[in-house]
Amino acid sequence: MAGWIRKSGIKLMIDLKAKKNFNFYNFELAPDDEMKGRSLWVDARIRYARNKMATICLFILILICIFSIFGNLFAAYSIEEIDWAILGMTLEKGYPSFETGHYFGTDEMGRDLYARVVQGSRISLSVGFIGAIISTFVGTMYGAISGYIGGRLDGLMMRIVDILIAIPFMFILILFLVVFGRSILMIFVGIALFSWLGMARVARGQTMTLKNKEFIEAAQAIGVSQFTIVIRHIVPNLLGIVIVYGSLMIPGFIMAESFISFLGLGVQEPNTSWGALISEGAGTMTYGTFWQLAFPLSFFTVTMFCFYFIGDGLRDAFDPKDR
Amino acid sequence: MLNLIVRRVAIAIPTLLIILVISFLLMHAAPGGPFTSEKPLSPQVLANIEAKYGLDQPIHKQMFNYTVGILTEFDFGPSFKYKDRTVNEIIAQGFPVTMTYGVWSFIIAVFFGVPLGLIAALRQNTRTDYFAVSFSIAASVLPNFVMAPLLILVFTLWLGLLPGGGWNDGSWQNLVLPVIALSTSYTAELTRLTRASLLEVLRSNYIRTARAKGLPELKVILRHALKPAMLPVITYLGPMFVGLITGSFIIDSIFSTGGMGYFFVNSALNRDYSVMLGITLLVGGLVVLFNLIVDLAYGWLDPQIRY
Repeated sequence: MAGWIRKSGIKLMIDLKAKKNFNFYNFELAPDDEMKGRSLWVDARIRYARNKMATICLFILILICIFSIFGNLFAAYSIEEIDWAILGMTLEKGYPSFETGHYFGTDEMGRDLYARVVQGSRISLSVGFIGAIISTFVGTMYGAISGYIGGRLDGLMMRIVDILIAIPFMFILILFLVVFGRSILMIFVGIALFSWLGMARVARGQTMTLKNKEFIEAAQAIGVSQFTIVIRHIVPNLLGIVIVYGSLMIPGFIMAESFISFLGLGVQEPNTSWGALISEGAGTMTYGTFWQLAFPLSFFTVTMFCFYFIGDGLRDAFDPKDR
Repeated sequence: MLNLIVRRVAIAIPTLLIILVISFLLMHAAPGGPFTSEKPLSPQVLANIEAKYGLDQPIHKQMFNYTVGILTEFDFGPSFKYKDRTVNEIIAQGFPVTMTYGVWSFIIAVFFGVPLGLIAALRQNTRTDYFAVSFSIAASVLPNFVMAPLLILVFTLWLGLLPGGGWNDGSWQNLVLPVIALSTSYTAELTRLTRASLLEVLRSNYIRTARAKGLPELKVILRHALKPAMLPVITYLGPMFVGLITGSFIIDSIFSTGGMGYFFVNSALNRDYSVMLGITLLVGGLVVLFNLIVDLAYGWLDPQIRY
């Protein structure tokens, strides 16, 4: 997951672009908007929208999400229905075709690949989003509390994070799945257990810089309780960085789930996910049924690609250095 | 320096202990012992077998014996599924294989990724730079389980150049595809990291000073820019090592190379707990050791780090 936290990459190109647009940016504001203050969110949205690649990717990602939610309305078959007319003759008859209703072809067992890709997208994407939501929530709270209270508690809480983060979590996750049964729920739980650690560090770092600001001091002076300060004043100010970091983590979760399902240790039949579908497709490509690999692989790759640029766009949009 | 070592070891030991305790407890929480099979054994036989493997003792004693066995004799105990094999034999068979392509991938990722990133940063906004950036974006969306089937598809099925699997005592033909599949995304990550970090360093004030006092560009880079630019790259080597080891599962399962990943996944599917436990601990130990080395290298390179 650390791999997804990238420092600048193409950001620099975008930096240059931002500089070029800088005058234009002020110009646009000049007469009317001058009086209106703009919130962080409006500001971020304007900056995000200026990044064309990120906007296109967001659009594509929304399409993929819509596909995964409503795609099965158009499926002619269910995910486990075996088309007996095709079974055993996948190469000759199971190719993608609108006439048979198998838009993406069938898999080796004569099941409709379109329905399975819809289902796989649903599971893979929900692993990504739910993982991000849980880890964001837990990590932010943990980091904010640790950073705000400081002192011994902070030392202890951060040493715990140091220790846990050093554990090769994929191994423990697989042990977890073997012991408690392979199911998508267990993957959620397993990923949630380990994913908040990085977020906790990020949130703590940001809290440390926030907690000496005047508005926190003002809150302390009028006697607001520590807990309320953390919830009302620290956490909302962490949101920018938390959103950026969270969006960078999503592909990591999707990859982790796909990795496990690829090995056959994740989702169980008849359910499926991108990893499991890619694994099946890779297993059967020697027979010449390329579509079984091509469709799940394209969905996976395009989604990863989109998350890459969305994360990048979000970071630029929220990066205070640019302002 | 000594202080740094002590501090790092102080983190490493509890990490290992936690890995041991979590995996040990998880294994024993599992429903159904390792000897539950379709044909029920008579209680007496079961009791005898359990006594043989020490499973009749209380759990803390089992854990203690297990740890002592590993520490004193490097003995990970017998396999629960294959009665004639010990975990040590399985590790001895799989470990060299994993290490071979793991080390090659590591070397290739570092020796391609870092120079490519350096060149890209030094020639920012040229064609070389755009190539490096597009390579790193493209490769980062192609993890090993995507790369491996694609490589087999192209190089084995279409071009027929290289074998799509097998180990063959580690001959180079069998190594090429696994190593490419395993190293590509890490090469890309290293390229991106190196590029970004060198660019940041090159914009800093002390580099401007070095240039202003008239040092030739090459000297500025070699003497002033390179070392600090390498710091984030060094930190990334730790996670990369973990990634290579876990990635080897995919390599083993696609290319049938017969490394540790093969045994780990197999034992996970067969509930062969002792093999899983042994491999997890071995990998955990390696990861902790490697992170320790990375941390020490970091502390040695970065004069700002003083514990």
